[in-house]
Amino acid sequence: MTLRIFVSRDAGAVAVGADEVALVLGLAAGQRGIEIEIIRTGSRGLYWLEPMIEVATSQGRIAYGPVTEFNASSVLDAIISDGPHPLRLGVTDEIPWLKRQTRLTFARCGVIDPRSLEDYRAHDGYKGLERALTLTSDAILADVTASGLRGRGGAGFPTGIKWKTVAQTSADRKYIVCNADEGDSGTFADRMIMEGDPLVVIEGMTIAAITVGATKGYIYIRSEYPHAVEAMNAAIAAAKRAGYLGARVGGSPHSFDLEVRVGAGAYVCGEETSLLESLEGRRGIVRAKPPLPAHKGLFGKPTVINNVLSFAAIPFILAGGAKAYADFGMGRSRGTMPIQLAGNVKRGGLFEVAFGITLGELVDDVGGGTFTGRPVRAVQVGGPLGAYFPRALFDTPFDYEAFAARDGLIGHGGIVVFDDSVDMSKQARFAMEFCAIESCGKCTPCRIGSTRGVETIDKIRAGDRVPENIAVIEDLCNTMKFGSLCALGGFTPYPVMSALKHFREDFGAAPPRLQAAE
Amino acid sequence: MTPVYEPWNADRGAEIIAQHARLEGATLVILHALQEAFGYVPEPAIPMIASALNLSRAEVHGVFTFYHDFRREPAGRHVLKLCRAEACQAAGGDALAARAAAKLGIAIGNTTADDRVTLEPIYCLGLCATAPSAMLDGRVVGRLDEARIDALVAEAQR
Repeated sequence: MTLRIFVSRDAGAVAVGADEVALVLGLAAGQRGIEIEIIRTGSRGLYWLEPMIEVATSQGRIAYGPVTEFNASSVLDAIISDGPHPLRLGVTDEIPWLKRQTRLTFARCGVIDPRSLEDYRAHDGYKGLERALTLTSDAILADVTASGLRGRGGAGFPTGIKWKTVAQTSADRKYIVCNADEGDSGTFADRMIMEGDPLVVIEGMTIAAITVGATKGYIYIRSEYPHAVEAMNAAIAAAKRAGYLGARVGGSPHSFDLEVRVGAGAYVCGEETSLLESLEGRRGIVRAKPPLPAHKGLFGKPTVINNVLSFAAIPFILAGGAKAYADFGMGRSRGTMPIQLAGNVKRGGLFEVAFGITLGELVDDVGGGTFTGRPVRAVQVGGPLGAYFPRALFDTPFDYEAFAARDGLIGHGGIVVFDDSVDMSKQARFAMEFCAIESCGKCTPCRIGSTRGVETIDKIRAGDRVPENIAVIEDLCNTMKFGSLCALGGFTPYPVMSALKHFREDFGAAPPRLQAAE
Repeated sequence: MTPVYEPWNADRGAEIIAQHARLEGATLVILHALQEAFGYVPEPAIPMIASALNLSRAEVHGVFTFYHDFRREPAGRHVLKLCRAEACQAAGGDALAARAAAKLGIAIGNTTADDRVTLEPIYCLGLCATAPSAMLDGRVVGRLDEARIDALVAEAQR
């Protein structure tokens, strides 16, 4: 019988040797005269165990990890003899870290071959679109609204309302745009789903298109994600061949075409209006709103622009899961959030769970603290524009409003863990520096404020008139927060002010390490 | 694997521009395609793009200079990009970046005098759970430590 072994082709697994492991497994099987089929999947998201390999057995898939090219053949021997191995993790679905999750959006990621439309369909793929094709636009909108889905890019705007606005705006041409410019450090959920289950994104966009009457869609992927670009292009070609994209979507009268466009290294293009400018072939300069993209978006036409994860949540909702989706979560944050644990964390990866889990559970319990073994001092939630949280705030539940109430944001769901060696004034300086590098330059608070911010924090770090300069930073942050056109300048104050508020002891004297050296 | 680029040739440039000129919002697509072929966007290509897309030369220049990715001159034979964003900082990336810069004898953002290696910062490869990470000529590498970064630098210098 042919052994079926699953090895991830996710960039995060490839970066730690998954390709070499697959190669060694194939060679070792040949030497042993064993027939083997290696299926390259996406990642399950248990990155500290990557490269993780799985073998299909009568009890389900059994996982081993982290496998290296040096121990892959011994793992193969253990698989063949069904014997023990130090890297054997047991039945994959029973691994506690995975079992604790509620995988709605990421149900197929790491399970199926992302290149295979047949595999996608065999795992409930295209059920959402098939049902949507039997419904009216209003009925689809009712489902999306009932699910309580809010934009997963960070702003949390209700997806149903956005779609309804576009559906009700008449125009000769409408667009669907997928924001895959996932630039926030500590986030990789968009990359993972595009590499591991790209068809779910395509299906979500197709449902959006038939709902609002759009005929053309773009996926704007950042250039830092070459593997995702390749995976999405392959999936689009497969969907076209199978008639799920093109002139008659799934045999219906709807027509919808999809194209990948690649960004060029500008963080600000993750901001939706800047992204639209970039798609139009211009500098990624932010547009003032109104008009909203839903009224005048790409090329001035009504446009649904959503994050990858928002589109990826849609097929489950349309396959009859609207109520089930809404039953998860807390308050106005309904459904599940794919949370990403990153940085100095023992068990980093993707953890999809209902809203409401606390920050402490995520960092200590799920993440297992730091991999350096030192105490966790701070976590940054929501990317470079998100606030730093100290341990004292670890009771904060993962929920849009609860984070806002504590001067933070959940953003795209990334959590970066820092141990006690972190210098928080340096992190505050980096936030300003990053804003200065990436500012599009349109509005003054962001363009000038960020550079003045770097200079002022440098003075504070050098011990120069500390109280006065802290007052300057506070005033500057206030101006940036309320005077900037978009979230880049507007949210940079979050990491700066939170570092200052919760870690005041790091501001004002020479850095501790420098003192020790003197 | 060392990327291989064609030398600049106006006819070839015009051919690449014509291939994409009819797309909606074609400017970035064309700039990417030119850079893929020649390793950078040669100056004479800017007015050619402008005329093909019925834009002013200033508009195309503005787009070209806005984005970090586009190069006005060829990079070194190998390009080593080190992730400098928060998740990699938390995992000790700053010290490794300094180590790579010292080994190569250049500041980040520069090319070695022998044109072998260009060392660049990158703000997030999305490999944040296997940090610190880097990319050498399109190949991603994670869980960097001193030994791995030394090996990457040595590979780039070959």
